[in-house]
Amino acid sequence: MRTARKLIGLGLAVGLSVQPAMGIDLKDLYFGEALFHATQGQYFDALQRLDTEVAMYRGLDQPDLDTLHYHINDAEFSVGDFELSYRMHHRAGRAIKAVLEGAVDEAVRNEAAFRLARIHFQKGQLDDALNALARINGTVPPQIKDDVEFLRANVYMATGRPSEAVKVLEQPRSDPSLTGFVAYNLGIALLQDNQPLKAIEQLDKAGQLTASDPAGLAIRDKSNLVLGTILFETGNFERARQVLDRVHLEGPFSNQALLRAGTSETSANQYDRALVPWNILVEREPTDAAVQEAMLALPHAYASLNLHGRAAIMYGKALDLFSGQIKRLDASVDSIREGRFLKALIREESRQDETWVIRLRSLPDAPETYYLMELMASHDFQTALHNYLDLEDLQSRLTSWNTSLDAFEDIIALRRQNYEPLLPEVDGQFRELDSRMRLRLEQRRHLAQRLKSMLTAPRPEFLATADEAMAGERLTLIEKQLGNSDSPESVALRHRVARLRGAITWRQQTEYQERLTAAHVHLNELNTQVDVLTKEYDEFVRMRQAATHSYVGYDLQITRLRERVGEARQRVEMLMARQGHLIETVAINQLQSRRERLVAQQTEARFGVADSYDRASRAQSTGSGPAVPEIPAAEETR
Amino acid sequence: MDGLNRITNMRAIEPGARFTHLPPDSRAPLTVRALVFVLLLCLGSVHAWAQQNDQQQLRGLDEQVQEIKSDALSIAQELNQLEEKLLYPSGTQVAIFVALSKGDAMRLDAVRIQIDGQLVAHHIYSFKELEALRKGGVQRVYIGNIATGEHKLEVLVDGKLEGGADFNRTEHFTFRKEVKPKMVELTLAGPSSGNTPIALGEW
Repeated sequence: MRTARKLIGLGLAVGLSVQPAMGIDLKDLYFGEALFHATQGQYFDALQRLDTEVAMYRGLDQPDLDTLHYHINDAEFSVGDFELSYRMHHRAGRAIKAVLEGAVDEAVRNEAAFRLARIHFQKGQLDDALNALARINGTVPPQIKDDVEFLRANVYMATGRPSEAVKVLEQPRSDPSLTGFVAYNLGIALLQDNQPLKAIEQLDKAGQLTASDPAGLAIRDKSNLVLGTILFETGNFERARQVLDRVHLEGPFSNQALLRAGTSETSANQYDRALVPWNILVEREPTDAAVQEAMLALPHAYASLNLHGRAAIMYGKALDLFSGQIKRLDASVDSIREGRFLKALIREESRQDETWVIRLRSLPDAPETYYLMELMASHDFQTALHNYLDLEDLQSRLTSWNTSLDAFEDIIALRRQNYEPLLPEVDGQFRELDSRMRLRLEQRRHLAQRLKSMLTAPRPEFLATADEAMAGERLTLIEKQLGNSDSPESVALRHRVARLRGAITWRQQTEYQERLTAAHVHLNELNTQVDVLTKEYDEFVRMRQAATHSYVGYDLQITRLRERVGEARQRVEMLMARQGHLIETVAINQLQSRRERLVAQQTEARFGVADSYDRASRAQSTGSGPAVPEIPAAEETR
Repeated sequence: MDGLNRITNMRAIEPGARFTHLPPDSRAPLTVRALVFVLLLCLGSVHAWAQQNDQQQLRGLDEQVQEIKSDALSIAQELNQLEEKLLYPSGTQVAIFVALSKGDAMRLDAVRIQIDGQLVAHHIYSFKELEALRKGGVQRVYIGNIATGEHKLEVLVDGKLEGGADFNRTEHFTFRKEVKPKMVELTLAGPSSGNTPIALGEW
């Protein structure tokens, strides 16, 4: 057992944390098949295959003769990896704990502890994550060294120990892929640790790191956005604007950055300079919260510049937009309540493309998703969604298994129907054949024994030819016919008979060795025939058994499986309903929260329209302003 | 995607905070502002999953989903064994696997397999399947039943070479089925790799 665990541990050391068992010299085809499924993200199929293989391997009398023996360590760890990927954290955690408790190398144990800590952190079990991290000491595999420390810092931050996180994050790191994240997290840790000046300095560094990949660019933009917000909040508007200007205009944080850049300008009373970012922003996706904020902020800036006519028009546009978006939100809520959101989420594309739920927003036939991009991108939502998709997949599997069980029962019934009438006759013929074969085999055995005994006690008469035997019998008959007659003819005939018998005996005696050798040769030739016959006999027995095994002994297993499938289906249906309901509830809550904000903005816009018209009219009547614009249609109808 | 998750996991500032109507005189000292900001950071995901109750429900459901997955896997395992025993008993079982030669750049489009002149498998490869083969995965393209003894196997491979030229190859093999289950591995390779285009491995 200890050796097994050690071997399992070695499997871990070969780098399964990234790509389970890829690139190895494959000796077990079924293990390769599991990898084939896993690489395509079909973790259920991969686990199903590998679980079966490992279970069969464990049940073997001589597992070292099985081809999986070459990969058993990789296979054990691959099972854990697949379980993790299939979001079965408990089972994966148990597998890793088994390694931790085994007698494995220090490096292996440390990597296992890291993986366990990562699972606990992902599940929000922070104390357990810390305990797992505390087990890491001594040699840490170089490829995970930085990841361990990054995780440790994250756990410290999540548990409200920012000063310790700062200490960890300040250590130099060699992994370039973590540079941006470490820099940003250090800034956040410093903020949490009540060191705002150092945090600003750090976020400034993070916001100017060189990056070319999307993740690097995103973390840099995020740093600049956070820093710009801090500077804005602390009244440092000019610097806030400069920092926010660094945010990439096409990046995921650009809308927020544009909004805050404009806000920084207005806070410094530079209303005209705020018009630039906000005018860019109002042309963007109207469902975005930042765009909606800008729709109100922009006319506010125009009004502050005494351009009341322009402000009135912009407020009118905002009013139109908010009214339209409120209707859209109402339609989305109704659509979700009718179950269309779940239907949109579980479309086939979501299985093919991980970013598909995000792209849903751009599809015209999924209006209920327009406002939910942020929600859909959240980790919790993704977990809920994947669980829902997994449940749906399980449901279809369970349905198909039920059909398979039906098919199995049909097959068994057909086989029974086919074999049962045939088997008694076949068995009768077989019994006859069997008894004949047994007789012949007995005769052969007897012959072999006799020949063997003749090696030590020669019996030439046993090796007489058929002619000799017949001649001998005829001579015996003649002798019998002659009886005890003393006539000269009889005496002469008796002499001739004795001579002839002597001739036969002579021949048998002189040819004895040759005949004995020939008899052995013939016996061996007979062996070949007997072997063929035995093989056919065995095949017949096997086929006879296979015929019986093809329909006998399955009833109990199928009944039990059917019960388990039925029970699992009920549970899956119940869980799907609850999971789906939860997803819908959260989505509706999100939409309602956005609706409330839009209603408030609508009121503000309505007030803004009226106020701007008043001011524009007053300005016109005093002759200091342009003509009053026409009231927008949307406002007139209200 | 993993990288982006790392950003969201940091509970960054919540978008949608109101900046347009902040009173100009509401600026608090730097430390207080920073603390408020940190609080905002900590509450980052609250907007997404507003109710604590929802999160608890989600976690509870997640546990149950894990349990049902475990049960389903156990059923699948038993069902697999039953299926194998019932449909493909070891005495007649034959399975054919397809693998790509290590590092081969050929784009495999389709494989067609005949046993004793009967078409048993014709598979057209998707991008994901091809990638899986390239990464060392092995596809079980066929499982069925044959009698013990000698059998003829014909394999036809269609694909494209690195330069875009069409590639197709047909090979004929003979294999022997014994009493135990028979596994046949076909390792495919393009001509530029220097390996045999279709190599047969018997297990």
